[in-house]
Amino acid sequence: MDVSSPSPAPSNENQTDQPPLLTYVPIRGYGRKAAAIVLAAILLSFLVSIAGNDNFGWPVVGQYLFDDRIMSGLFLTSWLTVVTMVIGVVLGTILAIMAMSTNNVISFVANTYLWFFRGTPVLVQLIFWYNLAALFPDLSIGIPFTSLWVSIDTNVAITPVMAAILGLGLNEGAYMSEIIRSGLMSVDSGQRQAAKSLGMTNGKSLWRIVIPQAMPIIIPPTGNQTIGMLKTSSLVSVIALSDLLYSAQTIYSRNFQTIPLLIVACIWYLTATSILTAIQSRIERHYGRSLLQTDAPVRWRLFRSS
Amino acid sequence: MSDPMVVFDRVSKSYGALEVLKGINLEVAPGEVLSLIGPSGSGKSTLLRCVNHLERIDSGAITVDGELIGYRQVGNLAYELPEKLIARQRARIAMVFQNFNLFGHMTVLENVIEAPTQVLGVPRRHAEEHAAAILERVGLGDKLTSYPRMLSGGQQQRVAIARALAMKPKLILFDEPTSALDPELVGEVLDVMRALAEEGMTMMVVTHEMAFARDVCHRVAFMDGGKIVECGPPGEVLANPSHERTRTFLSKVN
Ligand SMILES: Nc1ncnc2c1ncn2[C@@H]1O[C@H](COP(=O)(O)OP(=O)(O)OP(=O)(O)O)[C@@H](O)[C@H]1O
Ligand SMILES: [Mg+2]
Repeated sequence: MDVSSPSPAPSNENQTDQPPLLTYVPIRGYGRKAAAIVLAAILLSFLVSIAGNDNFGWPVVGQYLFDDRIMSGLFLTSWLTVVTMVIGVVLGTILAIMAMSTNNVISFVANTYLWFFRGTPVLVQLIFWYNLAALFPDLSIGIPFTSLWVSIDTNVAITPVMAAILGLGLNEGAYMSEIIRSGLMSVDSGQRQAAKSLGMTNGKSLWRIVIPQAMPIIIPPTGNQTIGMLKTSSLVSVIALSDLLYSAQTIYSRNFQTIPLLIVACIWYLTATSILTAIQSRIERHYGRSLLQTDAPVRWRLFRSS
Repeated sequence: MSDPMVVFDRVSKSYGALEVLKGINLEVAPGEVLSLIGPSGSGKSTLLRCVNHLERIDSGAITVDGELIGYRQVGNLAYELPEKLIARQRARIAMVFQNFNLFGHMTVLENVIEAPTQVLGVPRRHAEEHAAAILERVGLGDKLTSYPRMLSGGQQQRVAIARALAMKPKLILFDEPTSALDPELVGEVLDVMRALAEEGMTMMVVTHEMAFARDVCHRVAFMDGGKIVECGPPGEVLANPSHERTRTFLSKVN
């Protein structure tokens, strides 16, 4: 078969009477450099004034930074964020697929869910789940019109932790659904057709072809949501859970060291945010590798030898 | 003559009130290369997409290699097959698209081994060797680790053909495979297709390349308004058409 290789371009013979080639001088950018220096100076003086300011109570910050109550609050905040985001992503994927269904009933159900959970304050939803026992004293599950029913006391099933997971997770699912839907819709329909024509089922083409290509669209806003959740989860203090912020508040309500303890909380929030940002950029790099102007690394044994 | 590879039996299809295919009867023999020509909107793409059930037909029947496509016949009733069985039928009917539709997140090699490994269950190593051999044949042996967006249109379309071939298809459907290409890249894709034709691959090709239809195809079908107006060897249909509409169309494209 024809493999045409490009013929070499005709080389320009050096003629002696040509003018000399230009030497390019890059723009100096003095203005930018000056601005950078000024900004650095402002930042530095700002830091110095904070660090040297006794009113910030830095010794108190140091004293409480690794306090047991702060640590257990940090632990709750961390795992609650992870668990609710996992629920949000799974639920959001299901809702996004439902919302895109050609079946009107299915898409209506998904859209109604979104309408309700995005349309009411998450604080109200948390309190609602916490007080579910007042509305439904027993929770039953089973097959209608049969005797196959299991029933449990709502107060036993919906602990404060459970209410927090449900309230934050179900709410997050609604927001994640829109993010995931926009990602899935950004993938050209030709990709699914090609997958279909190769004999892939819908599920397989979604999982292998569509979702990986939707990822670059989905990840940045999902990172936003996760970092947002880190702080939104502090709402659980209304249902008597001690998250990071609430733990700090409990301590300063006794010793009145308000600012130092809020600084302690902020240090941990910033630490967690830094970790999440690092994770996000790793994931982005993974899914963005086909966008780089380079070949994939050669990692096939088969071709390494040749 | 051996049993036909593809049979269209009174196939009709509408989009709402618009009847796109009107009682199509057509047979394609094994090893035959049939080109479909005709004005825009005449139903060529639709006809092709019905062969692998990307579009449902409203009446009539399409069989490929003796198998009814998309349905299971019980007496006079045809029950639509479950998704898995339709997918299995499609696995042996390859399709090459105008816009290539390569999987953008996969390298050339990964594109070609995706369906053999995921659909046919071929071991990865085996699939890679096979894929490398096919890519070598289409002149892309040095592009295995490139991503589609780094390739020219002609190279992308050759990868798409390699991806189709990796499934060892009984039949390949081409929907305007060279229409999205710069003129100087058309040749390299047509060369690959010509070689396939010489090897005896059964192909249905929607095309505007009259030279290809004339030189490579065994038969040419001219479609207009959802019907096959005439169908026969290129020497007849292209050189000496018996219908006025065919003549008008040919005078416009030449
Ligand atoms: N999904 C669809 N919904 C509604 N109408 C459609 C759809 N797909 C195609 N059509 C209509 O069906 C008719 C035939 O379309 P088809 O794509 O088969 O034409 P074609 O012969 O391939 O034309 P072209 O040369 O422009 O590709 C056109 O009138 C088109 O508008
Ligand atoms: Mg078309």
